[in-house]
Amino acid sequence: MPIEVLLKSAFILLVIIGAFAPVITWVERKQSAVMQDRIGANRADVSGITVLGLLHPLADVIKLLTKEDVVPTGANRILHTIAPVIAAVPAIIAYAIIPYGSTYQFGDHALQLVPADPDWGLLYIFAIGSIATYGTVIAGWASNNNWSLLGSLRASAQMISYEVTLGLSVVGCFMVFQTLKLTDMATAQDSTFRLLGFLDVLFGIPVPAWLDWLRLPAWGLFLQPLGFLIFLTCIMAENKRPPFDIPEGESEIIAGYFLEYSGMRFGLFFMAEFIEVVVIAGLLTSIFLGGWAIPFLDQATLTAFFAQGAGPFAGFGDGLANALCMLLHFLCFVVKVVAMIWLQMLIRWTLPRFRYDQVMDLCWKIMLPLSIANIFVTGLVMLVIHG
Amino acid sequence: METPLLLFYLFAALAVGSALGMVLNLRNTVAGAMNLVLTMVSLGGIYLLLEAYLVAALQIMVYGGAIVVLFLFVVMLLNLRQDDFAPARAWLVRVGSALLAVAALVGLLSATRGLPEAPPVPAGFGGYAQVGEVLYTDYVLLVEVVSLLLLAAIVGALILAKRKID
Repeated sequence: MPIEVLLKSAFILLVIIGAFAPVITWVERKQSAVMQDRIGANRADVSGITVLGLLHPLADVIKLLTKEDVVPTGANRILHTIAPVIAAVPAIIAYAIIPYGSTYQFGDHALQLVPADPDWGLLYIFAIGSIATYGTVIAGWASNNNWSLLGSLRASAQMISYEVTLGLSVVGCFMVFQTLKLTDMATAQDSTFRLLGFLDVLFGIPVPAWLDWLRLPAWGLFLQPLGFLIFLTCIMAENKRPPFDIPEGESEIIAGYFLEYSGMRFGLFFMAEFIEVVVIAGLLTSIFLGGWAIPFLDQATLTAFFAQGAGPFAGFGDGLANALCMLLHFLCFVVKVVAMIWLQMLIRWTLPRFRYDQVMDLCWKIMLPLSIANIFVTGLVMLVIHG
Repeated sequence: METPLLLFYLFAALAVGSALGMVLNLRNTVAGAMNLVLTMVSLGGIYLLLEAYLVAALQIMVYGGAIVVLFLFVVMLLNLRQDDFAPARAWLVRVGSALLAVAALVGLLSATRGLPEAPPVPAGFGGYAQVGEVLYTDYVLLVEVVSLLLLAAIVGALILAKRKID
């Protein structure tokens, strides 16, 4: 149904890109201020009203739009112009497969809160991510500046390296959840597992019934803790923000690949990075934090509770029960996404930046072997459990 | 016209156009490489229309992404000028490639003539599950041989690079 897809896409664009991404620049300023013991962004005001510094994103946009748009002499005009677009578009369309809610039955129409749900799920993200590399690489080359060129060489090396490990880090999750679809992954995480269940499965020791309450949500975070750490590291390296800001390298190569960009073209690179932060938070949530799933309260129980109800909730119809359930799931998803954005900000303002060779060593000598070991161990455990 | 057919012509035109753009772009190697990316991505689109979802994703991921980025990396690092590739016998190359192109065209035309009607696509065709199952049951030996080949290539590259450093 094309109209439904359009509506879902519009919703994503409005909520996540329209509202989230600008606010993130404010969050980042506030977070850095807190961590560096400053008061932080509070100077932008309209006739004395600062609204906690929330006007700063607005001031940013006005400044970027009114700045002179410079194309350096000897630059390749076409490539210099389209490079920021190549960087920003993949970041935006990656949202298409991140589910922000489950499937809800309204009459005979099933509403699934995700714009697209292809069978190849996460491969779509990887395919798009590999295209995003070109934005960075082409920007540096087309600028006709040696610092920029160095930046894009570093970017291509770093992004290609981490893409390999990024792909391997989620293979464990593919095995555990038996799917590549993000929607199915989130649904699979809408349940719990017994914390002592491994005793039963591995050693045949039955877990007493009075310990049955000892459960955890079946989230990727608990089933694939190593996978989570590797995925987080690699996807932050793909994002190119500190501590992985090798292509930018302010202290070494000035600003790297976007050195020769000004005005809104620079703004696009800037926005792409923040949009990616939200994409990363959405991916982490969907793969490792159960997506929309409310811990210890699966969808069937919740809908049944609202449908039958008690006290003030009594007498809700199925439609209203589903709508309430949808609202709660969406809120749960947003809370998790915000937490993951905060985690990324925390890491960005805590760790000092890596040296170039350290970034490469981390990828090829630590993360890659660890991710392969993770796949091996996961495979062994799956073999024992499922035979 | 149906939407899939329309999309096919769109992707086909894009693929052919960008392929020509790559070949004819002698002065600017980087622009040529970017045209190659566009070719790969449009081919991915055609695979999608053929319901080969896994192949489409891999096409964009591996060819469109990783491999051409490495091409670009080398091109940028070497920063070649046009005269670096001026071949000693340019006319020989041109005549040879024209003959090859004509031969390929004739071969394609004769091969596609009289093809039977395509059977309907079986359910689940082209998904990762089906491809994986075939790959690791019927063709497992070939997969192992190819991985050995790749390992040999990696070791070879390492030895060549190491010799330069030492």
